[in-house]
Amino acid sequence: MAEAGTLRGDLTAYRAVLSSRVRAQRAYAASFRLDLVGAALITVVEFAEVWVLFGQVDAIGGLTLASVMLVFGLAEMTFSTADLLVGHCDRMPTYVRAGTLDVFYLRPQPVLAQLMTSDIDLRRVARVAGGMVILVVGLVVSGVRWTPEKVALLAVTIPAAVAIYAGLFIAAAGVQFFLINGAETTNAFVYGGRYAASQPASVWPRSLVLVFGLIFPVAFTGYLPALALLDLPVPFGLPGWTAWLTPVAAVWSWLVALGCWRLGTRHYQGAGG
Amino acid sequence: MTPTDAVSMPPAAARAYRRLLAAGFRQQSAYLAAAVGGLVANVTFGFLKAAILLATLAAAGGTLGGYDTGRMLAYVWVSQAMLGLINVSGRDVLGERIRTGDIAVDFLRPLDLQLAGLSTHLGTRLFTLLPRGLPTLTIGLLTTGMALPSGPAPYLLGAVSVLLATTLAYLAVYALNMSALWLVEIRGLQVTYMVVASFCCGLYIPVGIFPGWLETLARLTPFPSMLMTPVDVLSGYAVGTDALRLVLAQVAWVVVVGLLGHLLTRAGRRHLEVQGG
Amino acid sequence: MSRTPVVQVSGLTRDFVVRPRGHRLRGRRVRAVHDLSFTVRPGEAVGYIGANGAGKSTTIKMLAGILVPTAGEVRTCGLRPVQDRRALARRIGVVFGQRSQLWWDLPVAESFRILAAIHHLDAAGERARTGELVDRLEMGAYLDTPVRQLSLGQRMRAEVAAALLHSPRLVILDEPTIGLDVLSKQRLREFLIEERREHGTSLMLTTHDMGDVERLCPRVLVIDDGTLAYDGTLSGLSRTVGARRVLVVDLERPTEPLTGIPSTEHLSTQAQGLQQRLAFDPERTTAAAVLAAVSQRSEVRDLAIEEPDIEDVVRRIYAARR
Repeated sequence: MAEAGTLRGDLTAYRAVLSSRVRAQRAYAASFRLDLVGAALITVVEFAEVWVLFGQVDAIGGLTLASVMLVFGLAEMTFSTADLLVGHCDRMPTYVRAGTLDVFYLRPQPVLAQLMTSDIDLRRVARVAGGMVILVVGLVVSGVRWTPEKVALLAVTIPAAVAIYAGLFIAAAGVQFFLINGAETTNAFVYGGRYAASQPASVWPRSLVLVFGLIFPVAFTGYLPALALLDLPVPFGLPGWTAWLTPVAAVWSWLVALGCWRLGTRHYQGAGG
Repeated sequence: MTPTDAVSMPPAAARAYRRLLAAGFRQQSAYLAAAVGGLVANVTFGFLKAAILLATLAAAGGTLGGYDTGRMLAYVWVSQAMLGLINVSGRDVLGERIRTGDIAVDFLRPLDLQLAGLSTHLGTRLFTLLPRGLPTLTIGLLTTGMALPSGPAPYLLGAVSVLLATTLAYLAVYALNMSALWLVEIRGLQVTYMVVASFCCGLYIPVGIFPGWLETLARLTPFPSMLMTPVDVLSGYAVGTDALRLVLAQVAWVVVVGLLGHLLTRAGRRHLEVQGG
Repeated sequence: MSRTPVVQVSGLTRDFVVRPRGHRLRGRRVRAVHDLSFTVRPGEAVGYIGANGAGKSTTIKMLAGILVPTAGEVRTCGLRPVQDRRALARRIGVVFGQRSQLWWDLPVAESFRILAAIHHLDAAGERARTGELVDRLEMGAYLDTPVRQLSLGQRMRAEVAAALLHSPRLVILDEPTIGLDVLSKQRLREFLIEERREHGTSLMLTTHDMGDVERLCPRVLVIDDGTLAYDGTLSGLSRTVGARRVLVVDLERPTEPLTGIPSTEHLSTQAQGLQQRLAFDPERTTAAAVLAAVSQRSEVRDLAIEEPDIEDVVRRIYAARR
């Protein structure tokens, strides 16, 4: 079969799965609306945590309440988008127990692609929207002086940051193949990463900079781009163009993710380890 | 049977609850590896919390809401150590068993559902203090240092307070999940509970540094009694009559929430009898 | 049709490391499949039987590319299952009795549409194949019902259709009739027979039901403790282990125990001699001959023949090997 035909077939399959997931979730309209409210509430309360701290003082780690809204909004919006698309991946034990994973092995698509497209959690839309609102308010009240470069930076950062978080979810899925009850360990980095991402990284000790700046590079999803948008200096003696490295961080995140996934599936099939 | 008249239960029944407690404890000990994962999570979040809270203190000029650096670090690490004890997710096997109808079987057992659940819960959760709680505290103590009270009183009262907090946290989730008998779909309620409880119990920020009106509001709920109170007592933030008053509030909440759960259980049993499962 | 064997297995071995709960390092090596060799030719139907834990599922997972063998060679449809998994997935269909490949909250028809897209069927092919399967498996009445609302029998038929939608050359069925009522079992078996006749599909099935093997599988493989214990015809298997049938007769009046009938053994007497159970060896006598002998002693009101129990056959094979 021609490559183009194959790809079209796969896309048809993905679209069919996703649209049916969408319909299935909308079928329970009342409970779906409640879920949306619940999801939005998470964003509200998470922002309240930031607001309580930054509201008490002028600035923390060089950021005011207005400017930390950019950090929070970017992180919340991009994390929730990744969560919406692939957040179900880190429930690996459920997939293994229900035999869903074995079924994926019986179909002619890559297992990871099937896993990623097997579900979509529409409730997260509320958090994406919440993040977006806070980002926009932050952009307005912090008085960003717009230039074409800044628009471009924002356009590059958003998809790259989504990719960084998606990579975290995939890495977590891979690791859970060989860590029994590994969800808590992976949560430390996935949700810990999300929590870290709305903080000014300048307040971190060296160990956290290593973990959340380099290994799981969530500092690139909110803090560093926000500094560039606000024309603030980058700490740790880093140059001003560091914020442009978000796509590089995304590539790194996916290398880690695919490595973990490969290790995990090899373990599952009993080829390695 | 309400938790308060549990003392008067016959020895045979007491043995059943004791065994459930022991089983919960053993079950957990089989998952040491998972506990290590929990420890990693606790410590990672601990460092993140400490970083932002200390930066806030520094920006505020050294103290905020009665917390100085030592006290703030004590808050961070004691609360992180206690994380395994309280269930803020709002979810419990009970809700799942109601959804699948297995609850009918549970009602047939000659045990008080609430007390049986509480025993198992205390067993599993208290165990996590060994592989998760104490190491978290130790790591925090060694890496960042914290101010801890001297003298035995805060620790004795603190131990009581920890027990009350764990009990209260379970009883609240129990009552919440029992409502699934009537509400059918409680996921939204669970999410709301999780969000409100984790904020108001002082999981991320000590209730003491909330803006005044918000602190008042939070203190009207049972949530600070689930985490903030034991942390404040153990860290020496609340001492003397202050500490005692906080612990008495915990006792009151345990009675109120426990009674609510008990009434829901009784009504639920009748509800099932009428509906036929 | 290609002459390449649909399954070729030689020296196949698979170990698992079993770790006691909570211990990550201390582990015991357990051999699930040991030095297994067999071949399935195109168009064959093979019953793969053995006790629980004998290594059936492990073998199937290795054939399908889910598990990597510890040692030995596997070729399924001429392909290496793990390396060529995606190509293999287009050529085989697998039904795991316990795990569903349908979408739980979607109508059956919708699941078929998605699977057709996944397997890149063109519109005409999809219509023709779906129509054929729906007809033969009599699924028309519940095509628009969500999967979660189906009865077990209905769901199982849908599962089989889902696995066969892309017209695979080899169909592997793991316990397809477990828990089904007599009628559903029969319908499923008839369908599989037709499917083989029409399309020359090869079949490999694990089962606990002797009826499945009798109706569907001329050839039987028995696996015991990870090794091949028997490979041959079903009647040969019965001969090897002396599988007996049991005739249950309800008599007109209480009768003395029916002993002394040639090639039979009197097993038990119930209801003061009104009901008696006789075991006979189908290789040496027939049900008709036994019945004739019984009729000479008492009038027979009703009778039933108990199928040999697969567990019993397997047990006897195992016992003979030890």
